Amino acid sequence: MPDNTLVRLIDVCKRFNKGSETITIFDRLELSIPAGDFVAVMGPSGSGKTTLLNLLGGIDRADSGEIHIGGIRVDALSESALTRWRGAHVGFIFQFYNLMPMLTAAQNIELPLLTRPGKDRRRHVETALKVVELADRKKHYPREMSGGQQQRVAIARAIVSNPDLLLCDEPTGDLDRATADEILSVLRLLNRDLGKTIVMVTHDAAAARHARRTLHLDKGRFIERDLAA
Amino acid sequence: MASLVLQIFAVTMINLRSIPQRLLLSISTVFAVALVVLVLLGFLAMANGFQRTLTGSGSDDIAIALRGGSRSELNSVVVRNQVNLLAEAPGIARDATGRPLISAELYLVIDAVKRRDQVKANVPLRGISREGAALRKGISLIEGRMFNPGANEIVVGQDVIGEFEGFELNQSITLGTGRWTVVGVFSANGSVFGSELWADAAAVQSLFNRNNVFQTVRAQLESPAALAAFKAYVEADPRLKLEVQSEAAYFADQASRVSDLIRRLGWPLAIAMAFGALAGALNTMYSSVAARACEIATLRAIGFGGIPAFVGTLCESMLLAAVGGAIGAAATFVAFDGLTVSTLGGSFTQVVFSFQLSSTLIVRGVLLALLIGFIGGMFPAWRAARMGIVEGLRG
Ligand SMILES: Nc1ncnc2c1ncn2[C@@H]1O[C@H](COP(=O)(O)OP(=O)(O)OP(=O)(O)O)[C@@H](O)[C@H]1O
Ligand SMILES: [Mg+2]
Repeated sequence: MPDNTLVRLIDVCKRFNKGSETITIFDRLELSIPAGDFVAVMGPSGSGKTTLLNLLGGIDRADSGEIHIGGIRVDALSESALTRWRGAHVGFIFQFYNLMPMLTAAQNIELPLLTRPGKDRRRHVETALKVVELADRKKHYPREMSGGQQQRVAIARAIVSNPDLLLCDEPTGDLDRATADEILSVLRLLNRDLGKTIVMVTHDAAAARHARRTLHLDKGRFIERDLAA
Repeated sequence: MASLVLQIFAVTMINLRSIPQRLLLSISTVFAVALVVLVLLGFLAMANGFQRTLTGSGSDDIAIALRGGSRSELNSVVVRNQVNLLAEAPGIARDATGRPLISAELYLVIDAVKRRDQVKANVPLRGISREGAALRKGISLIEGRMFNPGANEIVVGQDVIGEFEGFELNQSITLGTGRWTVVGVFSANGSVFGSELWADAAAVQSLFNRNNVFQTVRAQLESPAALAAFKAYVEADPRLKLEVQSEAAYFADQASRVSDLIRRLGWPLAIAMAFGALAGALNTMYSSVAARACEIATLRAIGFGGIPAFVGTLCESMLLAAVGGAIGAAATFVAFDGLTVSTLGGSFTQVVFSFQLSSTLIVRGVLLALLIGFIGGMFPAWRAARMGIVEGLRG
């Protein structure tokens, strides 16, 4: 395994049971993502994009195969170790932001910090708010913010505990073009300036162009197309 | 550890602040729990009030003798020879002329009509000696005079007048073939005697053709400690097949039998209702977990453990139950505490008493509420903790 590989999937199989029939999402899937990459994942609906993110983020388990992230074999971790690992190493960004409506921006952002020991929670929250340029909105509730602002809060929540890997599931799927572009530039900034490795699922080719490369997922396989040129 | 506490705190805050989204369900749970506590505390306050009223009427330095094995005055028999022997007993106080302060008494019930609903009920008629009134605490004539020895005259406890018709001063009453007159009204300072009619023992004996037969003997002791000597004397004499207790012990025993009965009615009723409230709590909490599935899954995804999800849900449930318990206790206090009622006493007679809440009772009510909250939150909390993250996020 090369030193700079952050994510490595080996022979990953994933099936779901739907009633009596079993559908195979991945059959011996292989993937490797170097640290510092920004990968867009595209593919038809139902091709398993969300499932891939769930496996990478340790909120779903593969039926077989190995998942190595940052040198840790996450598929071998116990449930509680996996929970702790998620809190420290992964940031999730969802299409519908998934903020807690009854908490302010700052309280939402603080949540991941509650899952591990450590001081200076307020300072970390302030820093994350600054990165997403929402310092003046920290006392606002989600309902008082636009979709773009809510997604920035969600991004701040994802980065506040300084994880290596950000997993974004259609982060701009619910936003208009201009707002989507703003969010994408925040992600690009996180990738370029803060060295975050990002895996972003999107249906939007324009969004995918913000990434360094795009993987196309179809029938459980990746087809890579280099869009760098 | 500190982080676990922080997570639990955060999840609990999130749960509690989302209660407005399930306001109606939550309110109905609170209401159901409040009702359970109201019913339970109502019964317990009744039992407590009854017991305190009766226990409070008893003194330590008054001895009561009943036929051995008789648990109440109504089925006790003491004959005149025995009364004469008791008058000689040690430990009994005497007046200035050396006469023992004892009262051989008859205790019967007569019919009377209740003011409130015109229903017939029993009122106790007690035949007492001249010393009878003085052998009871807190008795004072508030109207008229005492009955004269041998006369068909009655003095009436104040509570009887409030509850029953026809016992006002100077009223005449037909008992058997004789006519009796109310010549006085006495206050008994809240004790059970306030619910009685008193007349001269000899007059009552001839009315009921029970010459030479009494039911109890009441004696003033020199001191509470003199009870032992009196008891020993009675036990040593084979002619005296009597049982001697202090008045306080006698009333406590009478009261506990009735108040135990009230409690035995109250608890099962409250527990049956608690099952209803429990079903409501379960329903509310399962909806709470379902409504928050995405939030719980999101928290789990960003590193929250299952324990905070569990405890947070449990806290919500227990809080709803605690609020219900507090409302139920407060409602009991407002509705019942100090409420004066009358009921059938240990001797099938009317006893006037007040509901009395106490802190111990309130604690019991609130504990029952919390138990409902605990069980009602437990299973939904388990579901919250075990819920699949992927399923929660998919919605
Ligand atoms: N928990 C589950 N139980 C059963 N089937 C599932 C489950 N999760 C996903 N699937 C199925 O697996 C397939 C892939 O789902 P997934 O959500 O990964 O697709 P996707 O590529 O993210 O699609 P979309 O673009 O619509 O979000 C779908 O057919 C879906 O119905
Ligand atoms: Mg998807």
